[in-house]
Amino acid sequence: MADVADQPREKFRLGMLLYDVRYRSLTIQVVAAILIMLLLVQLVDNTVTNLAALGKDIRFNFLWSTAGYDINQQLIPFTSQDTHARAAYVGILNTLLVAFLGCILATIIGVLAGVLRLSKNWLIARVMTVYVECMRNTPLLIWILIVFAVMTEATPQPSQFREGGTASMILWDTVAISNRGVFMPRPIWADGSGIVMAILGLSIIGIFVLRYVARKRQEDTGQILPVLPLSLALLIVPVMAAFFLLGRPITLDYPVLGGFNFQGGLQVRNSFIALWLALSLYTSAFIAEIVRSGILAVSNGQTEAAFALGIQPNRTMQLIILPQALRVIIPPLISQYLNLTKNSSLAIAVGYMDVRSTLGGITINQTGRELEGMLLLGIFYLITSLIISGLMNVYNSSVKLKER
Amino acid sequence: MSKVHNVAYVRADMLPESPPPPGAAGVVKWLRENLFSGPINTIMTLITIYVVWSVLSAILPWVFNGIWTAGSLNECREIRAARGLDTAACWAVINERWLQILFGFYPTDNPLLARLFYADELAAAGGAEMVFGGGITVTQRVAFVSAMKNELSNSVLFLFGYWRPLAALALLIIAVAPILYSALPRFLLVFSLMYPFVAFFLLWGGSVWLPLLVALGIVAAIMVGRLVSARFGALAGMIAAIVAFLAIFMNPLGFIGVDGLFPLLPQLRSVLDSAMPWGLPYISSDAFGGFMLAIIIGTSGIVLSLPLGIALALGRQSSMPLIKWVCVSFIEVIRGVPLIVWLFTASLLLNYFLPPGTSFDLLLRVIIMVTLFASAYLAEVVRGGLAALPNGQYEAANSLGLDYWKSMRLIILPQALKISIPGIVNTFIGLFKDTTLVVFIGLRDPLGLTNAIRATSEWNGIYWELYIFVGLLFFTFCFFMSRYSMYLEQRLRTDHR
Repeated sequence: MADVADQPREKFRLGMLLYDVRYRSLTIQVVAAILIMLLLVQLVDNTVTNLAALGKDIRFNFLWSTAGYDINQQLIPFTSQDTHARAAYVGILNTLLVAFLGCILATIIGVLAGVLRLSKNWLIARVMTVYVECMRNTPLLIWILIVFAVMTEATPQPSQFREGGTASMILWDTVAISNRGVFMPRPIWADGSGIVMAILGLSIIGIFVLRYVARKRQEDTGQILPVLPLSLALLIVPVMAAFFLLGRPITLDYPVLGGFNFQGGLQVRNSFIALWLALSLYTSAFIAEIVRSGILAVSNGQTEAAFALGIQPNRTMQLIILPQALRVIIPPLISQYLNLTKNSSLAIAVGYMDVRSTLGGITINQTGRELEGMLLLGIFYLITSLIISGLMNVYNSSVKLKER
Repeated sequence: MSKVHNVAYVRADMLPESPPPPGAAGVVKWLRENLFSGPINTIMTLITIYVVWSVLSAILPWVFNGIWTAGSLNECREIRAARGLDTAACWAVINERWLQILFGFYPTDNPLLARLFYADELAAAGGAEMVFGGGITVTQRVAFVSAMKNELSNSVLFLFGYWRPLAALALLIIAVAPILYSALPRFLLVFSLMYPFVAFFLLWGGSVWLPLLVALGIVAAIMVGRLVSARFGALAGMIAAIVAFLAIFMNPLGFIGVDGLFPLLPQLRSVLDSAMPWGLPYISSDAFGGFMLAIIIGTSGIVLSLPLGIALALGRQSSMPLIKWVCVSFIEVIRGVPLIVWLFTASLLLNYFLPPGTSFDLLLRVIIMVTLFASAYLAEVVRGGLAALPNGQYEAANSLGLDYWKSMRLIILPQALKISIPGIVNTFIGLFKDTTLVVFIGLRDPLGLTNAIRATSEWNGIYWELYIFVGLLFFTFCFFMSRYSMYLEQRLRTDHR
């Protein structure tokens, strides 16, 4: 096609809307816009008609009425007298809890499995391959059900923990794994515990400052500070000092067998453990593959170049390999975190009270507000994903290779 | 010897190769290099051997001491105690119920079984028409059928009772083969195109004319489009095809109150049905279940989501802001919300969005939802492939004077799709695994059936055997898919390595 500016201006004809490339996209968009509008109008019209036929309307005031049901795992106080909105909030916190803990455990197992799969040790590499393939090729739902069955069927009853019973508590008699859940010590916060926690927070900030100072010093002078021992000292010493100086303000409440069940301590329900472990194991297999491909993506020449420059192996890993591998690893890793968060809605299989069970389950059943409930549920998941993928975009643009 | 005493010694023949020192060859060398190359490696190997040994020594006796014939879990336990075993799997549940896990409550072809294996009893009862015909009482038929089923073995029931889904599966393999392996002759692709209608007829049954006429109608619409486009250009052809499609399947003149001949298809079908009432007994979607259901949803989802996903990916790259905006919001909304929520939307809310009075099959709704869900993920995978192509490819296609569709079809998509094969297959594997989620909206998928089996008094309290069986079924299919994607990547690799 010749340059448009060279030609004499053609007079506009109607046919050009279809056959002239300059106008065709406009035509297509107008037609598409009309079709989409028609579709939307049809949808809204249908919904309004159907709702009117059922005598319903779209209102969200059910959120402020009394929920009337109990939730068996609460991170914030909740009784059946509270509102549906608070029930949804409890559910959201439960979803976020299992997603957060799941991401941490999945990352730990996944990185281990991915690195070990590349190991030169034949046996370990094969075992890890079997693990990854088994996890990736079977549905998550089966794993959730299997772990739940292990937790409820293959663990002893609390009564077995009595004197002469077949079961015993682990970790110096502090943790009991039973078919009613895992019982572990619960911290009791007395006066002064706030100060200890504040010092812990300050120590963590201090570690970041230390790392910054160490890097600056290395860049300026070439001297390398022992960051790891200093960080550990900074983390432990002040907190311990405060803890003992304030007279041990934080104590532990141990679970004790009483009656037919354990009393005291912290009961972690089997539904939570099953969902958490299954999500972590399943996602870890995907993370293992991501880590493996990320490490393989850094060409061997990089390692050789670093060695040729006389950089030590551990610093080669830290300064040359990891920064390049992480650029490949992080984006799919975050999308796995996103998948894990969305998969936590499989809580329905084990009766864990996540946001889908409270807002999208019992609340809908009790109030008959399917449309509103599902809409809010969808918006919650959508906002969560958009926030996470937004963070990922920020990261991506910060590590992108600067092409000039 | 004395004759050559002043000639320097030169060896004329090669020394035979001496064997490598012990420990540097064969098994020992391999073990040294791969398992015991250093102290840390040795410790890790020993730990791994210990872990693998303790896992296998717990599982293998359980698996191989398994009890294959028993009527209930209690019977299993008695046999186990009688044999003096600590642990033994109760595979009897699989032996007894595998047909149910595979097919759910899909009805067996009782008339065929009766004709094949109970000719005498059937004759005594008055012939097939008397037992299975219209006028017979239900109780009589149920009694006959249940007596028949109790005596037939599971494998006979499998082969002859479920011949319809089995035939559909066998034909599926034939239909898919030419797509998967390009070495097979190309004319087989015609059968692949026909397969959806064949499968529908086999699985759901009913009148043979419905799938046949739908297929013919689609062919007719395409032919009209072809004819018109040959004379008046591509755009007119497309419009003609759409108009012909509407005329055949719907009533385009209904808006202005004209009924007349339209729609053509149901009218033709009622004529044909009354003249030649051929077909198979109709089976409603409610009866579908088991692994068959997973395959049906998975295959339909895979086949339908690929074109939709590609279209969405192209739309997302479009230079037209409206199209791009629509595609982006569709993809993000679908991907941002878990599949369970979409499935609940399909089962709870879809009736609100449809015109009053319409309602359609739950299975169809699920297939649509799963397809939309997978296509959004596919779109992102294909978009990655499109973005990975160097810009020169687009420019080269433009400079050859190809229009948009031709450049996409001939230059861009073949390369982009090749890059994205691993991602596409991963999405398909994910889709296939996600078919288990339909259990939550009341369809009988394999995992739902394990609950149903456990709910019976005989098998109350059995877990592992059922989960392992279902897990192995899924593993086989998904593992095959992932291996196939590796093979395909290898075959399509064009760079020189």
